[in-house]
Amino acid sequence: MNKTVNQKAWFFVIPVFVLVAFNAIIPLMTVVNYAFQETFGNNQFMWEGTRWFKQILVSERFHAALGRQVLFTLIILVIQIPLGIFIALNMPKEGIGVPICLVLMSMPLLIPWNVVGAMWNIFALPDIGFLGHSLNAMGFDYNFTQQSGDAWFTTILMDVWHWTSLVVLLSYAGLRSIQPAYYQAAEIDGATRWAVFRHIELPKMKKVLTIAILLRFMDSFMIYTEPFVLTGGGPGNATAFLSIDLVKMALGQFDLGPAAAMSLIYFFIVLTVCWVFYNLMMRNESKS
Amino acid sequence: MSKITLQDLSHSYLQSQNKDEDWAIRNVNIDWQDGGAYALLGPSGCGKTTLLNIISGLINPTKGKILFNDEDITKKNPVERNIAQIFQFPVIYDTMTVFENLAFPLRNRQIPEDEINNKVNEIAEMLELTSTLNNRASGLTADGKQKISLGRGLARSDVNVIMFDEPLTVIDPHLKWILRSKLKELHQKIKRTMIYVTHDQTEALTFADQVVVMHDGQIVQTGTPVELFEKPKHTFVGHFIGSPGMNILSCQINNGSVAINGTKIETSNSKIGTSNFSKIELGIRPEFISFDKKGLPVKILNVSNTGKNKIIETESDGGKIKLIIKAAEKVPEGSAFLTFKKDYTYVYGDDWIIEK
Repeated sequence: MNKTVNQKAWFFVIPVFVLVAFNAIIPLMTVVNYAFQETFGNNQFMWEGTRWFKQILVSERFHAALGRQVLFTLIILVIQIPLGIFIALNMPKEGIGVPICLVLMSMPLLIPWNVVGAMWNIFALPDIGFLGHSLNAMGFDYNFTQQSGDAWFTTILMDVWHWTSLVVLLSYAGLRSIQPAYYQAAEIDGATRWAVFRHIELPKMKKVLTIAILLRFMDSFMIYTEPFVLTGGGPGNATAFLSIDLVKMALGQFDLGPAAAMSLIYFFIVLTVCWVFYNLMMRNESKS
Repeated sequence: MSKITLQDLSHSYLQSQNKDEDWAIRNVNIDWQDGGAYALLGPSGCGKTTLLNIISGLINPTKGKILFNDEDITKKNPVERNIAQIFQFPVIYDTMTVFENLAFPLRNRQIPEDEINNKVNEIAEMLELTSTLNNRASGLTADGKQKISLGRGLARSDVNVIMFDEPLTVIDPHLKWILRSKLKELHQKIKRTMIYVTHDQTEALTFADQVVVMHDGQIVQTGTPVELFEKPKHTFVGHFIGSPGMNILSCQINNGSVAINGTKIETSNSKIGTSNFSKIELGIRPEFISFDKKGLPVKILNVSNTGKNKIIETESDGGKIKLIIKAAEKVPEGSAFLTFKKDYTYVYGDDWIIEK
């Protein structure tokens, strides 16, 4: 059968191209534009080469923000992934409990970021917030607006509350896809509970967990709205993660060049980590 | 190594049972002799897998007892029962190598490592897995994986019974035959009791010495393939086994003799007094029918040629009758008469054979 050549098909690609151009390519190129130039407004630009990149890469402020960001992301991954798996393992597998648990688990995911931030801000207020007040009543000296440790604690707790469900739902879906025969065979083979987890459940969850870790890494590494509403990056710079610091630099100080360079470095870090991680996880998959 | 006895076994997946259909298994009584090769044959949903899972201890029966060598083990778990089961889908541990897979049930039982080594190598040899022992199990094909499942069962030298739950479902047709003869060969080599669940009569009849036919949660007949073919005890066995299956015709009993709308039929079990059955039927396999000058009048409906034989579909007063004749034989046109071989013609009351 001969295929007809018809270049008109390209017209069908135009809508997608326009969409992608407006929401990704053009903004990104604008950032690139700013990253290599200096501007004083009025659309006047001066070429600066790689100056902003060099400046950011040696800046202590950037190192500090990056350090906080990495620490935050590591902490929430270390908490959320095992906790999510643990909850998924203990969720009911049949009966009325299943829909109830699923709805309860989905709830935090449906709440807009800034609402989560506002909720937790009020919830954690030391004088009138339920959490803050209770902690103080129990004898803890808790004030997330003034003590950086408390601010970290609250931010992490908030993120765990908001996002662990995602890990739970993905893990649960992975667990449900395991054939009952696997459990039966393991029972007959005399496997311990740990062996069942290690050799059946964990390998079968590998793909969904990879997705969960990637999503949680990206989202937490780029977190902005919730800590912005909750702590505003404070006290001091204690919770000024990369994106908060970036916005301060770009919109607070109006240092558009360095901010653009920082954005690109930031973007590059996320991209690299995801790429490396994904390839590490999937390196054995292609064979089977 | 033991005799397995099921006593008055019934199981239901429901909380309360009001009618026969609520039971997945009903009143099963059977002895599996030590070292036998059994097939458990029946259509999907007849309770085969349930029965198997009850023997292995994955399901606790609602009623009844399971005995291994006359010892009641109904309350014991699968590990204590020391059985092996191979499932429909190959179960392998993806993270382990083939060797580790085979060693897994042994390691769980704290067997010394050098003993495990010997055993695994021996099993691998038997299943032709030696060359892949150090490969990751997840890379194998479906039949290779199923061999590993089998190997994990064989690795333990003392298992009471090895059970197969439709193990060849996901295997390519040309490998099915190879794997099936491998199983048969294994059985002859290790002489362990094997129970093979299937809905495929060819698989059952070629594998087993004794075939147990299940229907609606009950065991309807146990026997050798020949017995099942020549003397089905239940109409279900008649039409489930054989291709085409047994003809089941409606008939009448007058003074101890059987007739189809006035045509008297000689049967092997026709010495019947008055019948207190709600349904009386006559069963005859297509292989035991031939055309004749007199006998049961039929209309010829359809002839299909299978190469070696002809399958002829006819219509009689008792219902449709299929018969098989040699391809070379001539088929009468329009209408004809049929005679049945007396020794293979049976009368069934309410689906069960009427014993003399």
